[in-house]
Amino acid sequence: MPKVAVIGVGQSAFVRAYPGSIRELAFEAYREAMHDAGIKAEQIDASVVCSAPEYDKQRTPAGLMAEYLGLNPQPTFYVESVCSSSSSGLRTAYALIASGLHDVVMVLGFQKMSEISSAESQERMGRGADIQWEAPFGTMMPAYYALHARGHFEKYGTTEEDLALIRLKSSTYGLINEKAVFRKELSLEKILEPKFIATPLKVFDCCANADGSSCLILASEEKAKDLCRKPVWIKGLGMATAPINMAGRDSFSGLKCAQLAAKRAYDMAGITPQDVDVAEVHDCFTIAEMMAYEDLGFAEPGQGPQLIRSKETYKEGKIPVNVDGGLLSKGHPIGATGGSQIRTIVLQLRGDAGPMQVPEAKIGLVHNIGGVGIYGNVSVFGTE
Amino acid sequence: MEIPKKPVPIVNDWARPFWDAAKEQRLVIQKCKDCEKHIFYPRIACPHCSSDNVEWVDASGKGTVYSYTVVESNSPSAFLKDIPYVVAVVRLEEGVQMLSNVVGCEPGEVRCDMPVEVTFEKLDDEFTLPKFKPATR
Ligand SMILES: [Zn+2]
Repeated sequence: MPKVAVIGVGQSAFVRAYPGSIRELAFEAYREAMHDAGIKAEQIDASVVCSAPEYDKQRTPAGLMAEYLGLNPQPTFYVESVCSSSSSGLRTAYALIASGLHDVVMVLGFQKMSEISSAESQERMGRGADIQWEAPFGTMMPAYYALHARGHFEKYGTTEEDLALIRLKSSTYGLINEKAVFRKELSLEKILEPKFIATPLKVFDCCANADGSSCLILASEEKAKDLCRKPVWIKGLGMATAPINMAGRDSFSGLKCAQLAAKRAYDMAGITPQDVDVAEVHDCFTIAEMMAYEDLGFAEPGQGPQLIRSKETYKEGKIPVNVDGGLLSKGHPIGATGGSQIRTIVLQLRGDAGPMQVPEAKIGLVHNIGGVGIYGNVSVFGTE
Repeated sequence: MEIPKKPVPIVNDWARPFWDAAKEQRLVIQKCKDCEKHIFYPRIACPHCSSDNVEWVDASGKGTVYSYTVVESNSPSAFLKDIPYVVAVVRLEEGVQMLSNVVGCEPGEVRCDMPVEVTFEKLDDEFTLPKFKPATR
């Protein structure tokens, strides 16, 4: 397989309500990525634009972005897999380059969650699940993840305190990430206040909506060596899907799509979970990070709680996870999230992560889930 | 702000027998006549063997709670007046799973593996939803 590298990364600040439209919002990440890569618009052969269209007022946003960012007349593609859209975008861009069709491809993710009212946003978010057989029973995203939390609690004896430890870690790193939306210090007592959304998940078990954008520039091996001093290589890409509806799930203690995506990514990269130096996982809810520890093989099934109790997923631990604050603190602008996770890992592998830097990180992993485990994307990156 | 209506089931020729039966307080599911497996949710053909030789059968209505959650806030706005309510995945005796609500007890009494049986709640003149309550014995 031909080698493909990430040669530039960018991200807007993630904020509650961005004052501009999706055009300006996207430009913020684009400008940073282009500056990082040191290239001009005419050097981009194609673009992949990623968002969840239910939040967009603008139809067919890829065309808009290609125009606004000065990428006409090159081809553009619109890719969607809800919360993992920009990881699916990475996979698409990789294929475009590995096939030899294009040499330099941009992956742009964005979401302006505040484009619609938060009540409407809540209604639309529910439509990311089965609207025909589940919505009539009052389902919503936190409830779906809560069913999995209950499954994990029941099977392994996991507790609300274990989940609170994950939020505590997140807030520690959110404080030092200047692009995060939630930058407040949280105590365990505060996190454990019994303000339930859907039991056993409480307010601080849930990530915040945010507006944001992310941008990645990918290049073929030849172009990367020509254009970039510290290319970060895509070593493994795993993607898998699982039933959208709960009727089709035989387990509620993990996500099948993540387990399979991880296996595929490790196989392609030729590594094991123990080889990973730093990871970004999709912690839209604390339970999602807990399941990720096990689905990715950082812990045996049921041993996820041990990992956080012993602080092994802190920066100084044996497998640092979400040391940029994760979705819980950074915020979760649906279409931009995967690209933001990938940016964090690229910065880590280049040694450019500032106060969040994990020393000597050589192999990094991104776990990005769409919907409640409908789409699983796991991507492995390396310095070589 | 006007409170939106609760989402109603989406009905077409393949889903109609399920909702017609629910209106008559019967829980029906599909069964494949070729591979003999039960099927939920209703489909145009068997998801196990692709046969379209699929029939409707009465389900016993008995099952157990596989997983559940009590929604206490931030529900879709049409459901705010129902808070707290239980969303559960129920495993029917026939081996298939349904997402529904557990009613007829305090939300705090619901547990995993709790035996439940079907009950019916009228949504409006057109629809009745199959829900579950603690089994009577
Ligand atoms: Zn069959």
